[in-house]
Amino acid sequence: MEFILSLGIGVMTGSGVWLILRPRTYQVIIGLSLLSYAVNLFIFGVGGLKVNAPAVLQDGVDISAYTDPVPQALVLTAIVIGFATTALFLVVLLAARGLTGTDHVDGREQP
Amino acid sequence: MNLSHHLIIAPILVPLATGALLLLIDERQRTVKALVGLGSTLLLFVVALGLFRFAASIDGPEAAQQGVYLLGNWAAPFGIVLVVDRLSALMLVLTATLAIAALIFALARWHTAGAHFHSLFQFLLMGLNGAFLTGDLFNLFVFFEVMLAASYGLLLHGSGLLRVKAGLHYIAVNLAAALLFLIGVSLIYGVTGTLNMADLAVRVSTVGPEQRMLLEAGAGILGVAFLIKAGMWPLNFWLPPAYTAASAPVAGIFAIMSKVGIYVVLRLSLLVFGHDSSASSGFGLHVLLVGGLATITFGAIGVLASQALGRLAGFSVLVSSGTLLTAIGMGSAGITTGALFYLVSSTLTISAFFMLIELVERGQDAGASVLAVTMEAYGDADPDEEEQEGDLGFAMPGTMAVLGICFAACGILLAGLPPLSGFVAKFAMLSAMLNPIGGDTTATIPGYVWFVVFLVILSGLAALIAMTRSGIRTFWASMEGTEPRVLVIEVAPVFLLIAATLYLTVQAGPVMRFMDDTTRALTTPQQYIEAVFDARRAGVPGTEVQP
Repeated sequence: MEFILSLGIGVMTGSGVWLILRPRTYQVIIGLSLLSYAVNLFIFGVGGLKVNAPAVLQDGVDISAYTDPVPQALVLTAIVIGFATTALFLVVLLAARGLTGTDHVDGREQP
Repeated sequence: MNLSHHLIIAPILVPLATGALLLLIDERQRTVKALVGLGSTLLLFVVALGLFRFAASIDGPEAAQQGVYLLGNWAAPFGIVLVVDRLSALMLVLTATLAIAALIFALARWHTAGAHFHSLFQFLLMGLNGAFLTGDLFNLFVFFEVMLAASYGLLLHGSGLLRVKAGLHYIAVNLAAALLFLIGVSLIYGVTGTLNMADLAVRVSTVGPEQRMLLEAGAGILGVAFLIKAGMWPLNFWLPPAYTAASAPVAGIFAIMSKVGIYVVLRLSLLVFGHDSSASSGFGLHVLLVGGLATITFGAIGVLASQALGRLAGFSVLVSSGTLLTAIGMGSAGITTGALFYLVSSTLTISAFFMLIELVERGQDAGASVLAVTMEAYGDADPDEEEQEGDLGFAMPGTMAVLGICFAACGILLAGLPPLSGFVAKFAMLSAMLNPIGGDTTATIPGYVWFVVFLVILSGLAALIAMTRSGIRTFWASMEGTEPRVLVIEVAPVFLLIAATLYLTVQAGPVMRFMDDTTRALTTPQQYIEAVFDARRAGVPGTEVQP
């Protein structure tokens, strides 16, 4: 499972970095989204990977049977904030497209 | 646990409640919105002053504990804490001062240039205050994002091609920076198992050598996120266009935003990597030093090359950031004291300068300035350049003379010449660099220190040359420029900020003593750490939860 998770993070980060370096605003926003997915998985991973383990403590159960709840809370916050800022970026992207008439990130086509 | 203890959370709650309330008021009721916004900002200033007085009186563990506010009433390493100490109180007062000035300036006409200016402004203040107060890394991320989300909206305030183009780059860069922030925070959590800054400072010295590399990688990535915000070269190419494109009052408050990055770097480097015992002590200081020097160089060249005043101010932000980063990177207490003074002085100056620029440029012939100005800075004509809004105050008599005096004051402050506070700040830093042990003339000064001194003075010279050149062109050589119509409430904020620097100069002694105490508290973080851990929970009298 560690291998699949790290492969997923790596592929998404690689694609994301490539995409945010592209000249079209739509590519940039998809790149940022992919990067934020990769980061969310990464945060999830730092708590250690466990399958079928609860995050909420109960009395009398061994602590090693639990998964770390903090990264899950962090991921939740990061998802919400990432979603909001991406939506905001989308609005600016559309405004830029409307004002400049092009979807190039610099607002004008390269000659 | 008395009522005044709850004052600590007021700098976050007041703007949050006001911003939300302002959303409910109809956009056409501008006067009501303006009054509510102004009232909230004034209240914020009073609260900040109260916290400042409290922080300045912190002299022992008992008082320091009073400055810790347990959100949710959980004991320290588990719950999120807000901490008021001298540094955060200082930043709160600085934020509130700039906010009052920028808001009064905006009332003349800018707040009508688009929707929800006042709400966004309050949310920005909430984010800034939260970032200064929080004692938790992830909470810092949340407040950072609140601040940035509000700043995206404010940067686009007034719309127009130029702002949208600059805003697009600004948002993209800051979204990427936010992702780096998350990676850094999660790496640090993965290694140490804590997000509380005080707890982190304790645990960092217990991290084993095999984990240390991971911890330092996390701290480095986190640092990059803050340095993007602070504008360290080569992470700062987004900054001058964004600050130039922003409307004048927004740029005025943005002057503090680059200082948030500086604040966090200063706070975390001294708290987490400040002890001599830890193997990672002094981590990253070289990067700050070299990066700071590169930033000063880049900023000074930019200042000299700027044709437009807006870009000049944008690059002045970089010079200021670079000087601060260099000073922090030298890692000596005396220099940090001077740097704190410089931080306050330069932030006030740059904010006043951004607002002054708009007033000065209003009178210039549009055709002439397009010729003089680089194309990307003035790609379009300002859409809201109509003369209107006569109902909010009197036009200023003797406009050019008054603006000229303010301009000269800004020039003196930026260049660091006597008699204003820019000189005191630079003198304090330079004298601490050249007297490392305090008056011991036999000690040899390393070569790089001379280089730093040289660059800091050179950047002042560059600012002086650029300001003189622009001043001559604007005030003495503009034949066909019409007398700009400037309202009293637009000049008043500039006066207010310059008066604040004057106050800093006159009161330099007490202010410097305060900065000295601040540095001492920062360089001996034990008191901060103990205060956070020993803070008492409400309703549980006398219980002290040990980590």
